Amino acid sequence: LLYIVFYGVSRLILRSYLKPPKRYWEVNAGEENGEAENTDVSPNQDNISKEQPDKIRDERRQKKKRSHGSFISGKKDPFPGEAPIPNEQLKKFQRGEKFQVVIAFRLGKVKETILRSEAASDLALKQAARYDLLLPEESGFLEGDDDEDTCTILQEDIADAVDITSGAKYFNLHLTQFGPYRLDYSRTGRHLLLGGKRGHVSCIEWQTKNLTCEINVMETIHDVKWLHSEAMFAVAQKQWLYIYDSKGIELHCIKKFNNVLRMQFLPYHFLLATASATGFLQYLDVSVGKEVSAIGTKLGRLDVMAQNPHNAIVHLGHPNGTVSLWSPNQREPLVKMLCHRGGVRSLTVDRSGTYMVTSGLDRKLKVYDIRAFKALHSYFLPAGASCLSLSQRGLLSAATGDVVQVYRDVWGGGSMSKPYMAHRVRGAVWGVDYCPFEDVLGIGHEAGFTSMIVPGAGEPNFDALDMNPYRSTKQRQEWEVKALLDKVQPELIGLDPGLLSKVDQATFEQKHKERVEALGYDPLATEKFKPRLKKRGRSSAGAVERRKKKVAHEDQKDTIRKTVEERMERENERKVKAQEQAEHGTRTALDRFKK
Amino acid sequence: MKVKVLCRNPDDYVRETTRDIQRVPRNYDRTLHPFEVPREYTRALNATKMERLFAKPFVASLGGHRDGVSCLAKHAKSLSTVLSGACDGEVKVWNLSRRECLRTIPAHEGFVRAICSRFCGTSFFTVGDDKTVKQWRMEAPGYRVREEPLNTILGKAVYTGIDHHQSEGTFATCGQTVDIWDEQRTSPIRSFSWGVDSFSCVRYNPVETELLASCASDRSIVLYDMRESTPLKKVIMKLRSNTLCWNPMEAYNFTCSNEDYNLYTYDMRYLETPVTVHMDHVSAVLDVDYSPTGKEFVSASFDRTIRIFPKDKGHSREVYHTKRMQHVICVRWSADNKYVLSGSDEMNIRVWKANASEKLGVLTSREKAAVQYNQKLKAKFKNHPKVRRIAHHPTRSTPKPGSVPIVTEKEKHVVTVVE
Repeated sequence: LLYIVFYGVSRLILRSYLKPPKRYWEVNAGEENGEAENTDVSPNQDNISKEQPDKIRDERRQKKKRSHGSFISGKKDPFPGEAPIPNEQLKKFQRGEKFQVVIAFRLGKVKETILRSEAASDLALKQAARYDLLLPEESGFLEGDDDEDTCTILQEDIADAVDITSGAKYFNLHLTQFGPYRLDYSRTGRHLLLGGKRGHVSCIEWQTKNLTCEINVMETIHDVKWLHSEAMFAVAQKQWLYIYDSKGIELHCIKKFNNVLRMQFLPYHFLLATASATGFLQYLDVSVGKEVSAIGTKLGRLDVMAQNPHNAIVHLGHPNGTVSLWSPNQREPLVKMLCHRGGVRSLTVDRSGTYMVTSGLDRKLKVYDIRAFKALHSYFLPAGASCLSLSQRGLLSAATGDVVQVYRDVWGGGSMSKPYMAHRVRGAVWGVDYCPFEDVLGIGHEAGFTSMIVPGAGEPNFDALDMNPYRSTKQRQEWEVKALLDKVQPELIGLDPGLLSKVDQATFEQKHKERVEALGYDPLATEKFKPRLKKRGRSSAGAVERRKKKVAHEDQKDTIRKTVEERMERENERKVKAQEQAEHGTRTALDRFKK
Repeated sequence: MKVKVLCRNPDDYVRETTRDIQRVPRNYDRTLHPFEVPREYTRALNATKMERLFAKPFVASLGGHRDGVSCLAKHAKSLSTVLSGACDGEVKVWNLSRRECLRTIPAHEGFVRAICSRFCGTSFFTVGDDKTVKQWRMEAPGYRVREEPLNTILGKAVYTGIDHHQSEGTFATCGQTVDIWDEQRTSPIRSFSWGVDSFSCVRYNPVETELLASCASDRSIVLYDMRESTPLKKVIMKLRSNTLCWNPMEAYNFTCSNEDYNLYTYDMRYLETPVTVHMDHVSAVLDVDYSPTGKEFVSASFDRTIRIFPKDKGHSREVYHTKRMQHVICVRWSADNKYVLSGSDEMNIRVWKANASEKLGVLTSREKAAVQYNQKLKAKFKNHPKVRRIAHHPTRSTPKPGSVPIVTEKEKHVVTVVE
């Protein structure tokens, strides 16, 4: 405060020295001008700056800060500074936690580097959060009137109520001859692949209804899957695995992959994972054409398969109610979970890799947190669910017999008695799949294919550098080259995809132990505080001991302060949680027995 | 009922004409971009492999000298001019962009020991084995006019080095003593000596322009201030230093190239221990020059290689050699930070790229962004085991802690500091 007063006074003195002396009628005008003096100092600045450079520099810095709120007209900005960003928005883009810089002052260079990289991360976080406002599209929705249930609204009504293009997204393909159909949408959502059990395979651009190819392979088809783009697809036929071109030309017949029942394509690793009737899980690298790994699971016929899009782990469901998680690097399953009392009928994982939804023969639908391996919710469906699929925005479709039901907010924990939407098709449902960036659910059944409108299912804003439904041929070629260059090696598949960015504490500790053994002492241990010997009687034994004690006390104070802070944090968290519970939870008489 | 189905207008997502660029809408949501870390790691691996793939540092060889090249000098103002002196007394002026010799001057009888250019760029000085200091004009003489030096100074002993002040008309030579000369006088205005019979190199500090340093034959480096009458201090090492170079960005640091195959970076204020010891050469290091950014330097050695070291690391990041290049006597880093010039025993001056895999010429903004992204990726994953190999050296017997005094690698090389 003294400093500010001092240089303010000095500035006034200098200014009065440079200007002509005040006249008696200029006293009032000078006082008024004094209020707005924060904006008019420039002609005098150069003269003053030579005399007192430091103080003037500080003043200019302060002036810059002040100029946020004040303008030449004298008005003040009612919202000074940057626009605030809501916390949930920031959390959406936050990766990891802020680094607490507690390292010793002598490591100045490391500290500087860390601070600088933290600042860069902050900037990136804020910019990404702000950009979110500019996204062009908004998701769809369906709301019934006051007395209307959304699950009773018919698809034809929805198709009539929306515009022509959206209405055309509801259509039926009557294909009764060639058996129940399995389907797959390509990653951009443009192309649809249909495979009938009796051998009919066709690729359609479903929005324009253009037929790309249509063949009959004259054999039983177990599953069909698109490979990395709309140029190639794989068909699991009766004995072997076949790969076809988008024109229907057979490119490969892979005899090593026999009796394949289910397939999953891992797009960022260019791996086709296949589960066979003999219990083998095999991975095929489609860019190189080599089998990466063949795992004999010894768990019987593998009929139920899903992939976790977040970490490329394959989930398999078994008839004894267990779900096992596999990676191509291990011969044993990474995790085995007991999920149902009967067999597992279907299984799906959400795209952020947090939740897994399973349905079993015990007519239960269970939701698990797959990161912590905890069961979250369990619902009872009167007829069970034979096919499950999760959309990009978290809508779950469950099919039983010839009815498909869509549920919303599955991990919220509310009651699942009423679905969001329902639709009856003409035959038993054999496969369901959501179209990636559209509000459409594709249903493959005994009588062909039905495309159902589900408002709010698709992700409204795509990223053109990842998957662009509107890409041209040139863009697709460029994307393919870049994707092949960025292809992740299968050795990096594990439960935590970000393991490479973490510090390898275990190896460091092992190496440190070896080093201590080799050197005979610990090079990283802090030296004991050795007080300097002072003159003039200040380094008597008592004084030295007192100085040592002071340093020891300070260290102790630091540790105590840290533990106290941690404890306070935990207390605060608990209080906030309790408050939230008190607000949201309904109190019953039995609450006092619950913990 | 109220219903809205997601419906995109293709006009917003597809370009209007083929002359436009494609539209690329972005969404930075993390769930749309999984596997961030493995993909970045793969890109870093690819970037490192490509850097090795495109590492072709040799640019050109300038031939024409009829004896080994003994000294090189940069033009103070022009990036494309280089001066070189040979062991037969010839001085050549080269144009690097056309890779040709502009003129040849028969400057001295005997070796040309050192050249330096004046700060204004209009003249340059040479010293030779014929005990003279000569000043020459930078521009070529007219038609049929003989090449004559602007100024000749005769001395009593051989001069071995010369360096010019950054802004004033004074220069310093070294031979038996370190002399400070004014351009208008024919005798030195000041002479420094400290009981040493010969000096090999003298350099002015480019930032603190009144300071000088010189390498002496008694294995020492002597520091002087032009304004004083006696030298400041000296540091004596185990073996003799051949040349030294001041860091153009940090006023107090200099690096000297030593006969014991190492280079030492000293802080002028604390000469007891070197700041860094740079070890990688396998024979005597003959010359050293800093990059204009002050972050790296290049060294020339008797072992037929030139090495580029970061200023704070103990080992080189790059080594350049060819079968054709024999003992490298002198080396310079060009003032635009892009090229390294080396003059060697076999009468050739070679031009190399400072960054071996850099693309020369004008880069588009997308290329620049890609280069910067790759550099950042390589820096992010540089400690990964695949990139970095760690060697363990276990000791045979472990002494009791504290019984053997620990002398660090840096302290080993300095014998004493004298003021």
